[in-house]
Amino acid sequence: MSKMRILVGVKRVIDYGVKVRVRADKSGVEMENVKMSINPFCEIAMEEAMRLKEGGHAAEVVAVSIGPEKAVDTLRHAMAMGADRAVHVLAETEGMVPLQVAKLLVAVAQKESPGLIILGKQAIDGDCNQTGQMLSALLGWPQATFASKMTVADGGAKAEVVREVDGGLETVGLRLPAVVTTDLRLNEPRYATLPNIMKAKKKKVDKLTPADLGVDLAPRVKQLLVEEPPKRKAGVKVTSVDELFDKLANEAKAF
Amino acid sequence: MLPVLRRASHRVASRSLATLVLAEHSGGALNDATLSAVAAASKLSGDTHVLVVGAQASVVATAAAAVEGVKAVVTMAGDDKPVAESVTTAVLAAHKAGGYTHILSASTSVGKSVMPRVAALLDVAALTEVVAVESDDTFKRPIYAGNAISTVQALDAVKVLTIRPTSFEKAGLAAAPAPITSLDAPTPPAEPASWFVSEELSKSERPELASASTIISGGRGLKSADNFKLLDGLADQLNAALGASRAAVDAGFCPNDWQVGQTGKVVAPDLYLAVGISGAIQHLAGMKDSKTIVAINTDPDAPIFQVADYGLVEDLFKACPDLEAKLKAAAK
Repeated sequence: MSKMRILVGVKRVIDYGVKVRVRADKSGVEMENVKMSINPFCEIAMEEAMRLKEGGHAAEVVAVSIGPEKAVDTLRHAMAMGADRAVHVLAETEGMVPLQVAKLLVAVAQKESPGLIILGKQAIDGDCNQTGQMLSALLGWPQATFASKMTVADGGAKAEVVREVDGGLETVGLRLPAVVTTDLRLNEPRYATLPNIMKAKKKKVDKLTPADLGVDLAPRVKQLLVEEPPKRKAGVKVTSVDELFDKLANEAKAF
Repeated sequence: MLPVLRRASHRVASRSLATLVLAEHSGGALNDATLSAVAAASKLSGDTHVLVVGAQASVVATAAAAVEGVKAVVTMAGDDKPVAESVTTAVLAAHKAGGYTHILSASTSVGKSVMPRVAALLDVAALTEVVAVESDDTFKRPIYAGNAISTVQALDAVKVLTIRPTSFEKAGLAAAPAPITSLDAPTPPAEPASWFVSEELSKSERPELASASTIISGGRGLKSADNFKLLDGLADQLNAALGASRAAVDAGFCPNDWQVGQTGKVVAPDLYLAVGISGAIQHLAGMKDSKTIVAINTDPDAPIFQVADYGLVEDLFKACPDLEAKLKAAAK
């Protein structure tokens, strides 16, 4: 059996270390001059794809991102981690919902015919946790969400995935092709080394548009308002366990 | 029993607004998260129907029928541990029979795995982690790890939602039980593309993290798995669930399903005690709606003190046993 191709979805998001600020007109959050990075869960997806390739299960790893011109930075990051090439769907993602992202990825998957698609379980901007499930449903492929361990077996015909569920862990079997979404503990992503960053600049990036892929981007959800969450009342520092106990018992009536 | 059957067979003629809630259950019991989902559904203008799928559907249906606000319960046979693909097929079959305007579940690992699939196959957008229902089409949900709250209007005909359980009071008991009907399960594929293999559930005598009224969470400051046991005594005194920061989970101090935060569980207990936790934004996203927050940390500048109602700057290895002793003495 010939080795499969793995497609990895990567998203460019506000860096996880940045404290986001809501725009004064409440139309969204401040995006100007804010540090952007690859979504941490996508980085884990990329790492897993590389490990599968290094384990002899994949012939090629292709990174795909949907976003504005600048999203190419995220694809370069993925290629510096080892992706062989990239696909960039040039589109303004503000206002786009996961259903539309999933449809664009379906079209890319039909072009690339991967044996496995790995995505992060959620992007840390919209916190939706939907794209992988939607992609799997639209392709008619099985899914394993919240993966914390995965093993490819039967020469790439099947996979076993340990999933993080509410009460602990669950293991599911999948017939490939399939969609897997990554949880935090799946792996620890590698750093891109300087030579690999240089090499990544020479790797190929195919550019596509939603029109090329025939996906309708008419709005499905209207964002009416983005607000600051309600602020907590400033607390007090207590100086001893006795004082803490007293405050909890008599002021907060916590016990 | 009859109204549901009538609606199913003359769907077009007598369609009325109704919401379908996917019930979650384990060991023959309905999960608390489902009670919150029913409460959220009750804020919509249509009647609330509950779908119970699985091997124990008929047992769980009786419990679901007794929940306040539930107008009908639909059961469907299924596997004991159904995979997301088969639950999705069941939800779509129930929707075909009932013609629902809203389909919702709690934002649990099951709900999060199933609802986006349901939405995609209906070709509608999904809204996840909804924290407030403003109207039949307008909802609030947190974005950026809870650092912003977005109000969104769903434009599609059918609204598919998952709700954050801690943001809705659990529905109580009804005066009279709702009627229960059963629907035939769709024929499973001859060769399923995914299947349940095994599970490894964390054993705990303590209250369930997501619904506990008191939670004690430990972080990197505890330094080792052994030291985590220091929290046991406190948890015993307060009948609390134990939680953890990502740092503590990653360091192997405790199981991963204890993790509180953006990528773990979102909790809102009456009392949240953060011990040796710095308070990274991803952790705060999971607990900042707690009623009272207490932080014990040696670092006076730790961000956790910005959200704590009561902060104690002290070595946790001294403060925890002291607090435990104090609680013990008070209990006597």
